[in-house]
Parts: sequence; C-alpha cells; structure tokens
Amino acid sequence: MDGVHDMGGVDGFGKVEPEPNEPVFHHRWEGRVLAMSRAIGVFRAWTIDTSRYAIELLSPSIYLTRSYYEKWFLRNQSLLIERGLIDADEVEAGHALRPGKNMSRGRFALADVEKVTRRGSYGRPAPAPARFKVGDRVRTKNIHPTTHTRLPRYARGHVGTVERLHGAHVFPDSVTTGKGEDPQWLYTVRFDAKELWGADADPKLKVSIEAFEPYLEHV
Amino acid sequence: MFPLHAAGFVGYISLMAEHDHDHDEGSHLTEMDLRVRALETILVEKGYIETAALDRIVELYETKIGPHIGAQVIAKAWTDPGFRQSLLEDASKAVSALAEVGRIGDHLIAVENTPQVHNMVVCTLCSCYPTDVVGLPPTWYKSFAYRSRTVKEPRAVLADFGVALPAETEIRVWDSTAETRYLVVPMRPSGTERWGEAQLAKLITRDCMIGAGLPKKPSEVA
Repeated sequence: MDGVHDMGGVDGFGKVEPEPNEPVFHHRWEGRVLAMSRAIGVFRAWTIDTSRYAIELLSPSIYLTRSYYEKWFLRNQSLLIERGLIDADEVEAGHALRPGKNMSRGRFALADVEKVTRRGSYGRPAPAPARFKVGDRVRTKNIHPTTHTRLPRYARGHVGTVERLHGAHVFPDSVTTGKGEDPQWLYTVRFDAKELWGADADPKLKVSIEAFEPYLEHV
Repeated sequence: MFPLHAAGFVGYISLMAEHDHDHDEGSHLTEMDLRVRALETILVEKGYIETAALDRIVELYETKIGPHIGAQVIAKAWTDPGFRQSLLEDASKAVSALAEVGRIGDHLIAVENTPQVHNMVVCTLCSCYPTDVVGLPPTWYKSFAYRSRTVKEPRAVLADFGVALPAETEIRVWDSTAETRYLVVPMRPSGTERWGEAQLAKLITRDCMIGAGLPKKPSEVA
C-alpha cells in the first residue's frame, strides 16, 4: 500500500539525532512489549509480514506521532483480538475473562526463549529456475497494490542491475493476503542514484533494494 | 495462514490508539505502563505466556545480544583472512561457527568497506536491522529522518554523525526491504597492525557496523 511508512526519499524529517549512551529500552514497558511480541510469535497466529502490514494500517496521524514501541503495542493488541486469542472486553477489564484458545503447544515458557531471540528463516525451496542472473539489467514494475508490498515507491519503474541472488524466500505480498507463502526468488538490485533521483543526485551514490522476482521485468 | 481482514482491523487498531489520545506526555507514559501491564496480565492469565520467560527475553536484549557480538566478528575478520573470506561468502554460516557467538539467524550478509566504497544500511519501510549480531536498533535507526534521507542524501546523514568522507568515495546504500540483513565490515584503522582481536574489538562501534560511523581511532582506546 502507498502508506506513510514508505519513507525513502521523503523530505522534511530533519536531522538524524543519535543519542549518546542510549539505553536498550527507554521505559520498562518497551521491553515488555518487545518480549510479548517475540513470545506471541511461537503461536504462529500471524507472520512477520502480517505484523508489518498491521503497523502500516495505522492511520498516518497515528503512525507519525506514536513512538516505535507504542505502535508495536497497538499492533500486538489489535492482532491478538483480530485472531481471537484475546477479546476486546478483556482489554477493557485488564484481566482474562475466559480461558485461552489454541493451547495445544502449551504456554510460552523459559525453554522457548532461545527460539524467539534468534531470527527465523524465510528461505524456501525454489519453485522454478530464477528468471534473472547477476549482471542482468532489470526494470522494477510500476505497481501500487492497496495491500502489503516490499517494493518501495522510490524504486518503482526504475532500471537497475542484479547484483546478488538470495534463493527463494517467502513472498510478503502473498502471505499477507492469504495466498500462502508462494516462495519467490529474491535479488539485490542496485540503482545509480541518478536513475532514482535525477540529474542532481550524488554522482557517487548507489542504492540497492531487495527485490522479489514478481517486482522485476527484463529491460 | 489467513489474511488480515484489513478493514475490520483498521477499525480496531485506530480505536485502540484513540483510547489515550488526549493525555499529556507525563501521564501518557504512565498510561502506557498500565496498558502494557494489562495486556501482559491477560496473556499470562489465559495461559499463553509465562512472566519469567518475558523477563528472560528482556534480560537477553539488555545484556547478551548487543554490538559486542558484531565487534568480535569484525575483529576476527580483521585478523584472520580465512574467516574474513568465509564471512563475506556466507555471514550467517561463518558467525554461527564461532564458538563465542553460537548459532545466529539466516540471511546475514557482510559487506566490506574499502578505500573506494563506503557501505550504509537502512530500512526505509520499517526497521529491519542485523539484530542477531548488533542487538536491537537504536532510536536513530528507526527515526523517520534516517529512514527517509539515507537513500537520497547519505553524505548529509553521515554529517549528522560527524562523519565526512572524501567526495570520490562511492557510497553504497543497502535498503533492507526483505529478510536479508546487512552487516558492514569497516576498514581496519591504520596503526593497529600489532593489535590482537580483543583490543581491536574495542575500536568497533555499533554505528560503524551499520555504516553510520567509522571505527574509533587507536588513540581513543586505552
């Protein structure tokens, strides 16, 4: 979707302000939100792509004004309700009003921690040979799906060069719309800055995206 | 896996967000404490999660999973040409084989700075970051300013970090738009030829492994 989350190239956000000796969490609740996000992962009620899509669905005014972990909290709570793991009246009450569902795997316990503090694997067997090879000139498609995509706006409709192949991966555009993992080849596609930003761009800048095969066409 | 029913979901999440919209900053934080605590209580009472397991996750990110891991990896790459080669070929495999680190997630890719090319990592769409080797991303990495500007004017972003590169140095920006994760291997500072891994690791900052900084100067490390 063409949302405010797709920020590459947008002007007006000001300076980057690194914080010296920044703590891992600025408030205790941030750590709890992160931990809950990781823990809920083992229930496989949604995937990493759906969790991103859920944040993109926040209204622009909320997306732009709420803190990072506040958005995570809103996402977790809303997805838990949407998936039927908790109910809205329980959130209102601040307590469980009925037993949990889908408890066949048992509760998330200490022994499960290691599983969720290491990133999952999204590589999948390739369904077909790769259409492109390193060095190929490719054009990204000019697409504007109203659902989740990982092709950023600034990189649509531009010609670049395939720099790396990463094998086939879960296709986010598909998994978030209920069409299954639909694994697709993933490529690093490199663009000259002038191709993306015009004649005034930094002449010594190159930018790459990670592009799924359906985003690309031969030049 | 069933799809997110976007229209209904937007209703929920907006309602949840509006819940506390008219508080000032001070009470807002308290409000977040209460709301997060309530959600944790519900999840524990429903039998989904154990509080001690959440405590452990927080503890791991506060004390165990941080930039010191990446610093060890880079220091080894600087001193061991065989390891450097394996790291550049398959970083997940090379790092997972290090006894002092242990198994990390898939799809980690190491990219090396040279006198000609400086690499920078960004995620314009969200906050994808090589967490397994560098810890959770700092606030600046997730900031709208970094996410918007790095793909367009990285030299100006570097200036915000006090870094100036020669105009002839190519800047190579990697936008992490999939599940691949990029780790920058900075250049080893001159004057460290006789240094061992442990001492070299002290030069390697979080920011230089993302490409937003350079390693410390040898004189900055006692």
